[in-house]
Order: sequence, then C-alpha cells, then structure tokens
Amino acid sequence: MANAVLVRTYAEPPVSMDEILRYSGAGRSADARMAQLAGACFDLARESLTYRVCWREFPVLRRGDTLDLGFAEVSSAALRRNLQGCDAVVLFAATVGIGIDRLIARYETSSPARALMLQAVGAERIEALCDAFCADIASEAAASGRAARPRFSPGYGDLPIELQRDVFRVLECPKWIGLTLNDSLMMSPTKSVTAIVGLGCDAARGPAGCAACANSDCDYRKER
Amino acid sequence: MKITEYLKDHILYLDGGMGTLLQAAGLAPGEFPERWNLSHADTIVEIQKAYFDAGSNVVAANTFGANRLKFQPEELEAVVSAAVENARKALRLSSGEQPKWVALDLGPTGRLLKPYGDFDFEDAVSVFADTVKLGVRCGVDLILIETMNDSYETKAALLAAKENSDLPVFVSNAYGADGKLMTGASPAAMVAMLEGMGADAIGVNCSLGPKALAGVVGEYLKYASVPVLLKPNAGLPAVVDGRTVYDVDAESFSWDVAGMIAGGVRIAGGCCGTTPEYIRLLVERSASLTPAPVVPKDVTMASSYTHAVVFGEGPVLIGERINPTGKKRLKQALRDRDMDYILSEGLAQQEKGAHILDVNAGLPEIDEAAMLSDMVCALQVIIDLPLQIDTTDPAAMERALRRYNGKAMVNSVNGKAESMRTIFPLVKKYGGLVVALTLDEDGIPETAEGRVAIAERILDTAAEYGISKKDIVFDTLAMTVSAASQAAEITLAALREIRERLGCHTSLGVSNVSFGLPGRDVINGVFFAMALQNGLSAAIMNPHSVEMMKTFHAFRALRGMDENFTGYLAFCEGLPQQEDASATPAAGKPAGAIPTGASGLQDAIIHGLKDRAGEITGELLATRDPLDIVREDVIPALDVVGKGFEEKTVYLPQLLMSAEAAKSAFERVKAHLSAGSGGAAAKGCFVIATVQGDIHDIGKNIVKLLLENYGFSVVDLGKDVAPEAVVDAVVRRKAPVAGLSALMTTTVPAMERTIRLLREKAPWCRVVVGGAVLTQDYADRIGADRYARDAMDTVRYAEEIMGGGE
Repeated sequence: MANAVLVRTYAEPPVSMDEILRYSGAGRSADARMAQLAGACFDLARESLTYRVCWREFPVLRRGDTLDLGFAEVSSAALRRNLQGCDAVVLFAATVGIGIDRLIARYETSSPARALMLQAVGAERIEALCDAFCADIASEAAASGRAARPRFSPGYGDLPIELQRDVFRVLECPKWIGLTLNDSLMMSPTKSVTAIVGLGCDAARGPAGCAACANSDCDYRKER
Repeated sequence: MKITEYLKDHILYLDGGMGTLLQAAGLAPGEFPERWNLSHADTIVEIQKAYFDAGSNVVAANTFGANRLKFQPEELEAVVSAAVENARKALRLSSGEQPKWVALDLGPTGRLLKPYGDFDFEDAVSVFADTVKLGVRCGVDLILIETMNDSYETKAALLAAKENSDLPVFVSNAYGADGKLMTGASPAAMVAMLEGMGADAIGVNCSLGPKALAGVVGEYLKYASVPVLLKPNAGLPAVVDGRTVYDVDAESFSWDVAGMIAGGVRIAGGCCGTTPEYIRLLVERSASLTPAPVVPKDVTMASSYTHAVVFGEGPVLIGERINPTGKKRLKQALRDRDMDYILSEGLAQQEKGAHILDVNAGLPEIDEAAMLSDMVCALQVIIDLPLQIDTTDPAAMERALRRYNGKAMVNSVNGKAESMRTIFPLVKKYGGLVVALTLDEDGIPETAEGRVAIAERILDTAAEYGISKKDIVFDTLAMTVSAASQAAEITLAALREIRERLGCHTSLGVSNVSFGLPGRDVINGVFFAMALQNGLSAAIMNPHSVEMMKTFHAFRALRGMDENFTGYLAFCEGLPQQEDASATPAAGKPAGAIPTGASGLQDAIIHGLKDRAGEITGELLATRDPLDIVREDVIPALDVVGKGFEEKTVYLPQLLMSAEAAKSAFERVKAHLSAGSGGAAAKGCFVIATVQGDIHDIGKNIVKLLLENYGFSVVDLGKDVAPEAVVDAVVRRKAPVAGLSALMTTTVPAMERTIRLLREKAPWCRVVVGGAVLTQDYADRIGADRYARDAMDTVRYAEEIMGGGE
C-alpha cells in the first residue's frame, strides 16, 4: 500500500529581517525606514500566518532518460541531476495560509508600500517554512542513513510547471492544507510552495543553495 | 420513516472512512475513488455493507469528488448512478436491523472561489447543482455536504442542494487545529450562516481526532439550534515501519465520541482512518445514551467569512458611512465606480471600531442592483466585518444576499404586507438578520403602543415564513426631536417594551434625532446613552463621531462589559487623536516643528512621509492654486525619486512610499477641487489589467499608483480579466494605451489572446506588457508594442504616447 498523505503544522519558523528586505527589493542598502516598515509589516502579518505542510514519499525508478517518481513520469535533465543517487523522493506542499493574501489585498489601496512589504514577509515566511520542513526531512532521513537533496520545484529548469496537476492529485492539498490550484497552474493561497526532495544513501552531498547556482554574478549571491 | 423524524428521538450513526479502505484495497495514489463505483463495485458494496452491519444508519454513496470539474457529463452520470446503486445494494444486503438511509456525498471541488481564487461563486453553485440533480434522480434519501474548509464554497454547495432538491441537507466543515476553517471562519460564523440558510444538521468532520475537535464541537453546541454532527478522523496519520497508521485506535475513538454524544452531539460517525470496527464500537458504547434534546438557542448573530457578531454582548456599532444620502463625495464615487474610495470609507470605519458596516448604493442614476452586489463583493475582499445590506429594491437585495459570504444583516423590512411578502422569502432562503422598522401602510404610529403592535404583527408574519424572532432586530425609528418634543421619549418607550416584553433585539439610526439642531453630536451622544439604557442592542451611526464613541466606551465600562477597562483605556489614550480625526479633512492643522511650505512638501514626498505631505498640501491650498502645487512641487519631487529609481539609488519600497506621499497630496488637491467648481484635467486614459487566469496583481497595482501620480486617468480592471473585458474598456474609453501584466508562462497565452483581440477591435490602442515572466523577446513574440521592465518604464512609455510633463 502506498503511504498516505502526512500533515504537519509548524510553529513560527525563525525569522530573517534581511531576507524580508531582500524580497521587498529594498536591496542591501535598506535604511532604517525600510527596516521599520519591514518590522511593522511582519508584526501585522504574524497573527494571520499558519504554517502547514502535507507530504508523501514515493520510490524513484529510472528508465533511460525518464524518471518514474511514483506519481508521475518526467524527463527533466535538471531534476535527474538533482536526484542523483536518490532512491526515493518526498513530495511536499507548504502554505502559510490565506491570511497574508487578505492583508496584502487590504493594503493594496491604502498603502502599496505596505502591500509590497507584506508580499516580502509572505515570501520569506513560506521559504522559512520550507527550510524548517526540509531540515526535518533531512534529519529523519539521516536517522536511516540517507541524505536529503535540496528541494526542487515544478517550473525549475526544465521540470514542467504542468507537473503541478499531478502534485495536487496525489497530495490532495485542498483537503489537507487548504491549498488549491487554478487552471493557469497558480496556487491559492499565493504564499505556497510545492517541491520534491530527493532521498538516498548515495544522494550527492554536493553543493546546495547559492553554491549550486550557475548565476555567479547575482546581486544576492551569498559568499562562502 | 423520514430521517428527520427519526433524528428527533434517536442518535443517528453515519459511516466511517472510505478512502483509507480503498487504498488498502489497491486504489493508486491520485486515482479517483469515484471510478471504483464502476470498476470495483463489489469492493465498494462490501465496505458499505460492513458499515451498515456495524450499525451505521446512514452510508454516504461514494460520490465525494463526483463533479463535472473531474468528470465528463456522461461519466459523471454513470459514476453517481453506480455509486447510489452500490450503497442501496449494501443497504439491502446488510443484516443490520436499524433504520437505514443512503446519502449523496458532496465534497469540496478543490478550487478556491474568487476573490482569492479564480472560481466564480455561481460556477461553484452550478457544479454542485449538477451532482445534486443526479443524486436526486437516483433516489438518495439525504444530502451530506462534508469536509468543506471554505465558508463560501460551503454556501455554494448548500444553495445548490436547497435549490435543486427537497431532501434533508447535513453540512459538515473541516476545522484546523486553530479551531477555524482554512479560510478563517469560526464555528459561530458557520453556525450563523448555515442555520440561516436552512441546513437540517450541521457539524464537523475530518482534519483531526475527536479530542482535538472538542473545542469546535463545544462552540457548535453552544450556538446551534439544529442537531450537531461529528465525524472525526482516527487522529493523525503517521508512517511507522513503512505503514500508515492513525494515532487514535478504535477503542479510544469510540469512548471519545460517545463522550461527545453524551455532551449533546446527535449525529456521529468517522472520517479518515476509521473503519467499520470504529463504528461498531462507537454504536456499542453510545446506543444506551439518551439523545440530548436539541434546544433552540436564542442567539442573535450576523456573520462574515471570519467571525460572528453576537447581539447582546455589548452595544453593536453599525457604521453608516457607505450610504450616499447627503454625501457628495460618495455619490461621485458611486457614479465613477470608484471602489477605492468606497473601500477606504469601509476601512476607516473598521479602524474606528465599527462592528458591522451598512452598505447602500441607492442613487437613481446608477444600476443599483449591480453596484450593490459589486460593492458587497469588493468590501468582502478586504474587510472581515459583517455587512448590513441596505436597499429598498428587492432585486438588489437578493443579488447582494446571494453573493454575500456569511449571514448578512438585511436593511430592512417593515409592517407593510408588501414589504414582508418580498423580504421574508429572501431571508428564509439566504439567511439574514433582518432589521424591521415599526411602520406600516398607515405610516409611523405616534405612540409607543402603536409601534409595538406593528412589531408583534411582524413577528407573527415572520413565524409563518419560518423565521424566528432571534433573526429580527426592531428599529423603533428615531424621529427628529426638534419637530416633536416627545419624539425621543416615544421611540425609547417602544424600544424598552420590545426588548423587555417581546425579548427581541433592537437597532436605531441614532443621529436622526438631532436633525435641525446645532451641535448635533452632543444630542446624538446623549440619546445613544439613553437608548442603550432602555435596551438598545445596536446603533447605525458614524464611527468617526467622538461623542458616539465616548458613549459607547463609557457605557461598556459602566455596565461591567469591559473587563479591566481595557477598551475604555485604549479609547482614552487615543482620544486627542480621535478629536483630530473627526475634524473635516480639508481643515489641515498647524504641524508644529514640521517644515512647511513648498520645499517642505517636496521633502515630504521624497522621504515618503505620507501624513506630512497631506498636511503641508492642506496648508498650501489656502494660498496657492492647486494645479500649481501639483506642477511645481509634487511632480518635481516625484521626478527626483523616479530618476533615483531608474539610476538604482532608490529602491522599490522607497519609491512606493514616495508615491503614497504624493497620492496623499493629490487627495487633498482633489478634495479641494471637488469642493470648488472645476476638476483637474487628467492627461489621458490608461487601461490596466492582470490577464485572464492570473491572480497576482501587486505589480499591476504599483504601476497603477505611479501612473496616477503622474496624472494619468487609470481604469483598473483588476486581476484575472478576460480579453473581452479589456477590449470593452479600451473601446468605451477610447483609451490610447493598455497595460497588461502576467506572472507565469501559463498566462502569457491569455496575454497574447488579449493583444490579438485588441488589434482587431481597437487598432488605435498601444499595448505595453510587463510582469515577472515577460522579457523583450516574449513581448515581441506576442505582438506587444512595448515591454516595460518596471513601473517607471511604463510611466515613461505612457508619457511618450500621451504627452509628458506639462
């Protein structure tokens, strides 16, 4: 029997004000006024955020250039590279809920600067939630001697965004975490992520994050 | 026997999990379980028979996801018909001796409704209606709407069930660990809405185990006047040694749920992870319990998509500002469809402490029904207060009530036979807390007795429609005291009688009392206090009135409704500011150390100081020509910031803060101009939209703000806009430019379709495109005239086409 969909609700993951400012476009030159705005918007959003994840584990099979992920077959070279040495994937969907979308809409007319900063808060929060979840998955995998790869989402590289339909079919996201997909493959609530995390005893423990990215003159590249 | 009859004296048992058992029988991940009605009929019948054998009175046909979004019409018909047949067969084959019924099961569509999704409310009603009609034709005994985690979709499903069948309807929602639906509704809000619409039983299923749902169930039992239903999961799933297990076993499940039956739950079963064994044990443990009587709760509520406002817990403030009567600026906004202005009026009232907002679009020269419904929808995007729908046009009332997400207040009915005949059926169908005016065909009685007599007649007639007195709030009509010195006394006497003897809640449009007198606020505040002391439950009032708010907070403090005086203390702390806010906006007060004058305004805009920019503009308007202020101060300041942005010395949030400051200066100028004679001539019309299928609009909104700053008249069509709607607007306004935004590759085709249609129907119109996914190359390929990399770029293009600085 295939594993059922599992669900977890998180407490507030650690917050990075720098990341919020970065997502807002304030850049590294953010002044005190920007920092104050970011802080105020975070406080505003805090109450309305929920941190929900649902996921399911699938075995991975390889047939030539095709990856059989258990819920769909894909022929993405980028994902194949990401999943080197993996024999399973955790497919997950995460959302911080509709409250932040409502807040953003509320401020769109009265204060677009706040609306923009709230967008940034939402972006930082959903990434922080994904980080928290992926850290859990990695440590649970480590317990059984497996390593976890950096998460990889539909729409990254040559992995088609259309995979979202399959993701929603097998994870039943509307039911478990209140996350829906529209005909244009956009998610509501908007501050949400779906992704694949490769697991395997031989999973490459190679570069992750900025170090794995080919864009070497990016403004935000973190130095090692 | 009818199931509703049986329910009167018995506990009704539902079935347990289906999905989990089908997975165990080999259902693949992502495979539609409903197809198994045809391909694995025996398995379905076997499971359902096991539930009947275990003691279930009701088994839900395997139609949870059977809707036309997932199945083509022929297959849908086959699936539903096979599902009902399977359940009937299980019923026939079962050895269980209890009365047995088959339910049509309706689960969520998996799509989020507008405004936060792209699925229209009426489309949702129609999708559910198709399945309901099939279920009725196949002869189900009742309809079970379950696992709904959005209040609006729940309303759509219940409306579809009610409009297409006479069957009993049970409605069950899925709550998170925070005790709310995924889209934020509280149990009280759901009880208010669902009971109002006539659900026969309401309750809770899925998500969590029985213990974790106890709080939510308690809320249902507190507010519901209909039987309460409970169908929990066997706790939460976990994977142990590669197998999925739920953490509440049948033993503890049955004890927990039996305990909740003893506490008042009348309909019980199980959801994910439960099996026939869970139900068998549950029946065994609870069959001997005496069913708790279902007692009507005398709770008067209005609700939004998040919460309910309960009458009687303290004075309820109903903000009156969204009503064009006597408000020049709002009339203009209604004529111009200026939703931003209407929303800002709503937000301001919420910030001042209103609990409910009255919404009125009664202006002879506009299509009231369309406008009222649009206003209700727009307000519900950003304001979570319940609304009071205020119209004399029954068609406008119905349209707005239908679209409303929650249980609205209905303003109003009165003692005239015609009024009751048109309004009560609407209240019965859509739910609502109706304001009843104590007047009739003979006008407003001059005595308290006369008004009370009308109230009694209204109650009797409402009862004939099945509307209980808790859903009626009487307005005994505050009359102008300067015209008749006893007017206030009569109103208050009627109020007291209705509250005390008839036991109904009351509401008054307080400020009428002071008409024609100077210092109206003083009279209003004292009259409000007198009315509260005489049993007033709610006031339709201006939340910006300091006197009214003083009375409100003082009354609560004095009556012991304000624990630790928290509300009163907070109010007093803000009091000087409150006094300021009540002054007319154009007055502009001296700003102490703040630099004033022209350079001060430029400074304020460049540094993004919104309030200061507004204040200084107010002062400047006393001595200078408004258009000069715009030309000589606002625009140059914006240019400094705009150039900074282009040179990457100013970043997007700073740019927006400056834009907001400029906007606040413009608002003052605009108010000044509309108070005088002329209006500012806008540079030209720019139609802007996020394309069809795309629900992200922050980028578009930023562009809009900057365009407005630079003096363009912007027609904002919103997000998820059909190509035809863009073309319509462009043609109607003869707009020289249209701006289109798209976030993802999946919506670029919609952008291309829009451009193609524009070329055909509005060949004069230039098209500028932008958005995360767009590039110059993309823009060229879809035939756009221009790719704008950011908001300033769009402004520059608009200036190119329509002329720039003056």
